[in-house]
Amino acid sequence: MIRLLFSFLLVLSVLTAPQRAIASSEFIEILNKNVALIQKSSSKTVAPVLAEIQSYGTRIAADFLKDWKNKELFFIKESSRIIRVDSTGKNEDGKKIVTISDAVTNEKLGTRLSKDVKQIKPNSGVRAKIASALVPVLLASENIQDRQEGLDTLSRDIKSSHLEPLKNAIAAERNEDLKTRMEQAYIYASITHGENEDEIENAIFSLRDNLSLEARAALNPLLSSRVEVGKQTDNSVNIARIIIPDVTVKNADGSAGRRHFLSSEKPELTLLSAYQMLVDAGYAKPLITPHMRDESLTSHIIDGRVGEFEVVELNTKEARDMAYTFLASEKNLPALISAQTIELAVAGHVFYAVYDNPSKRITNAASEVLSVINGKVLIFKLLDLALDGLSLASIYFLAAIGLAITFGVMRVINMAHGEFIMMGAYTGYVIQLLIPSYTVSILLAIPAAFCVTFFAGVLLERVVIRHLYKRPLETLLATFGISIALQQIAKNIFGTQARPLTSPSWLDGAFVVNDVLAISNIRIAIFVLGLLFLGLLLYVMTRTRFGLETRAVTQNPAMAASMGINPERINMLTFGFGSGIAGIAGVAIGLFSKVTSELGSDYIVQSFMTVVVGGVGNIWGTLAGAAMIGSLQKGIEWFNPSNTLAAQTYMIIFIILFIQFKPRGIFALKGRAAED
Amino acid sequence: MENTLFTKFLIRNPSVLIFLGLLAMFTILVVVLAEGFGIGIISTSFVKTLGKTMCLCIVAIAMDLVWGYCGILSLGHFAFFALGGYMIGMWLMFARTKLIVLEAAQNIALPLTNTEISEAVGIQIFGVVGGAEIPFIWALADNFWLQVSMVVIIPGMLALIFGWLAFRSRVNGVYLSILTQAMTLALALYLFQNDSGLRGNNGLSGLQNLPGMDDISQAYISIWFFIASAFALGIIYLLSYLFVSSKLGNIIRGIRDHEARIRFLGYDVESYKLFVFTLTAVIAAAAGALYYPQAGIINPAELAPIASIYLAVWVAIGGRGRLYGAVIGAAFVSLLSSYLTGGQAPDINLGFTVLKWTEWWLVFLGFSFVAVTLYAPKGIGGMIDLFSSKEGK
Repeated sequence: MIRLLFSFLLVLSVLTAPQRAIASSEFIEILNKNVALIQKSSSKTVAPVLAEIQSYGTRIAADFLKDWKNKELFFIKESSRIIRVDSTGKNEDGKKIVTISDAVTNEKLGTRLSKDVKQIKPNSGVRAKIASALVPVLLASENIQDRQEGLDTLSRDIKSSHLEPLKNAIAAERNEDLKTRMEQAYIYASITHGENEDEIENAIFSLRDNLSLEARAALNPLLSSRVEVGKQTDNSVNIARIIIPDVTVKNADGSAGRRHFLSSEKPELTLLSAYQMLVDAGYAKPLITPHMRDESLTSHIIDGRVGEFEVVELNTKEARDMAYTFLASEKNLPALISAQTIELAVAGHVFYAVYDNPSKRITNAASEVLSVINGKVLIFKLLDLALDGLSLASIYFLAAIGLAITFGVMRVINMAHGEFIMMGAYTGYVIQLLIPSYTVSILLAIPAAFCVTFFAGVLLERVVIRHLYKRPLETLLATFGISIALQQIAKNIFGTQARPLTSPSWLDGAFVVNDVLAISNIRIAIFVLGLLFLGLLLYVMTRTRFGLETRAVTQNPAMAASMGINPERINMLTFGFGSGIAGIAGVAIGLFSKVTSELGSDYIVQSFMTVVVGGVGNIWGTLAGAAMIGSLQKGIEWFNPSNTLAAQTYMIIFIILFIQFKPRGIFALKGRAAED
Repeated sequence: MENTLFTKFLIRNPSVLIFLGLLAMFTILVVVLAEGFGIGIISTSFVKTLGKTMCLCIVAIAMDLVWGYCGILSLGHFAFFALGGYMIGMWLMFARTKLIVLEAAQNIALPLTNTEISEAVGIQIFGVVGGAEIPFIWALADNFWLQVSMVVIIPGMLALIFGWLAFRSRVNGVYLSILTQAMTLALALYLFQNDSGLRGNNGLSGLQNLPGMDDISQAYISIWFFIASAFALGIIYLLSYLFVSSKLGNIIRGIRDHEARIRFLGYDVESYKLFVFTLTAVIAAAAGALYYPQAGIINPAELAPIASIYLAVWVAIGGRGRLYGAVIGAAFVSLLSSYLTGGQAPDINLGFTVLKWTEWWLVFLGFSFVAVTLYAPKGIGGMIDLFSSKEGK
């Protein structure tokens, strides 16, 4: 160790010297001794050679290693002399030749036929070893890229030999960014390879505020443990926790916890494996498994009988156990171990986990810091969940807001609403086909989708819905027909495979808060779009003449008509407006999910739920409904992350129950407007 | 006494006799023409299609009762239908797998214990979704009678609880339709999970093989099921007709036409609605239990919300508020649909393009459904009314 450190200091001192060192005959000797291993290296055999080259430690050694790693070294086949190839060409006979020089002394060696030399090709394992050996050199380099490369190599696999050069590099580093990274790497390095407990403990405590995966990855190995068994606990070892088979679970910070009776967590040690440990340790007799029992019974069948027992009767566990017990006493076979014996044997011994790291101080520190970090990670994960819920809510809001107008304000139930969303998404797709720039095409797609679905909505209103204003159930059916037809038409035109709607690159990134929390830009954009829609809708409905007329016609068409409003025209425009908004929602939804003909039907039930839960006829209600459904779904997913289907199921059940208590939704209309 | 009442009823309602007579004649005709017992003009697969269509007619009658007569547009009745199929499918699959396991175990020296049998059956059935244990919902699958009673009990309970919750809080009209659709979606999503205990999206398969009857050709089994389906259709039609002709039927129709008025007359509207909703759910489930052994496979896609919508489409096209309308609609549309999407139907050459029925049938169906809703609310049944002198309902 001391020798190695010394050698590194030597490397550094030599490297700081300005002159290009003159090749030493000693170095050449080292190479000559190891030439075979250098030419045909493997990651297993290369270590002593590298150690020797490193311990020599000059700039020349560093250059040599670099060239070796970069596959720039060759050797002359007949003499095994290691060389560099400076240039290639052809001689007058047309044969390929190379101009070469000595790898160490740089002495020009003239030209050779290229078939006389051979490249040295270290494999990736060897190159990783060389890179690791090069780290001190790179870290001390004046070139920032070299230092970065050195740090990267070191971060992948920290060796104890890197500590000292890293420390020096930190002292010399001018670049703040790189310096921070180096300091971080130094902390990880000293956790793994620290000289004394003080240093390691300090390094551990300095990770207290670090939420990165690397920090947790550095701490976790300190808490690795093995399970042991004995008559009583062995106080000479560093005990992590006492394990009660079938009862305790292992906590992330290394302590033992009780298993919650509802949780699906597995106990750290089952009763059977605990007993098996006793057997392995020689404390108990081996178990007779059902399989072993059955094999012994089978091998003793004579004329359809095992001893006194008819084979046909051996169709229960009890009968087989009894037959085996008789057989065992007769033939002197090992006896069955009863469940009671197992429990008693296990209860009579202590099972405990022992840290692989012998120092109590270090494991305590790691455990403490890890639980602090885990606590913080949990908080950020909850925050992440809340944001997830928020973005799902904005998606539901976008999908439902068109319905909030057609269904909520006009009381027209439009089951083809989902297909208008799909139509908007396909409009975006077609525009992307025509215009190559994603930014321009998305900006164009939004008004285009509005126009397409606006006219589709107006058409639907004129041809179908107008005739059914007094018959809501019939409207529902007729628009179902439209929905079936539109879906199939989309399938006929665009095929069944999903079409991409690519978001522009400025929407691709994410807003990174820390290692746990990152919000993708597209989610932010959808949230902003949802807010914009809310504002637009509120403005149109409450501040414009069109909104006023719409509300008037909805409340009392006859009275509105006598005031000079044309109800037919207003109904048509309102329906078109709601459909147009569905089209824009389609573009937004298409950006993060693939565009298929079923895109709309995936959202239709949730959209109606959103409007109904929020309270029909109230835009704020739609917002509340979307927020509730979105956060609820994410909340349920949190408890069962692997299963989003179950989350949707429970959410719908919840909504059905919710409607029991608030049949008119969160924001119920009061007074006359509440009557259907 | 009762017999004469019944006879009087038949004389007063000749359409029932006509329907039952036509059904009986059709059944006999198919049996004679089919492969199993007859001369073999009709293929076994077509017999199955006809048998399945009859089951669809039964569920359409149920839909007509709840929608056409009681005014509840339920978008969940196909879910009850599929649930009935799942219940019978559990027995079919369990019993047959158990027989296979026992047969395979004959060469093993020791007879199998119950635990070993259920382990082996569990691996056979649930290996495909990465499980081996038999979920508790299969507890009754070993017993035919218990599991068959589940066909009625489970969908019936679901309808009862859902209906009680919904009607109690006066959810009606389109709200109820959306709520029933949400229930269907929730059920479908639940069944799509691998750990639902019903094999996730693999569903239950091999249902056409009756346990212990592997030697009997499908040609015979298909005929049995066809006759059973026809018999069920006849019984359900007759009972439904008796139901809608009774005083109870009048109240139900009254609820459809003016719910508030019936309530003010002192009737407990919610209970009547709940009764009809649950009864029709049970009918639908029974139809499903007859349908899926003929289909051979059931998976969660069967109860997607769209299936219940098609059910409403059949009844609307056939003519709701008339039992024969529902039967005609279901038979006509489902047979036409399987013919046109089956690929045998000739394409239509429009000169500039060729219209493939497989691609355009749904578009056609969707638009014709809109047209029926707009211009012929009485459906095909309405046309028959024009020819019959007596008033339809």
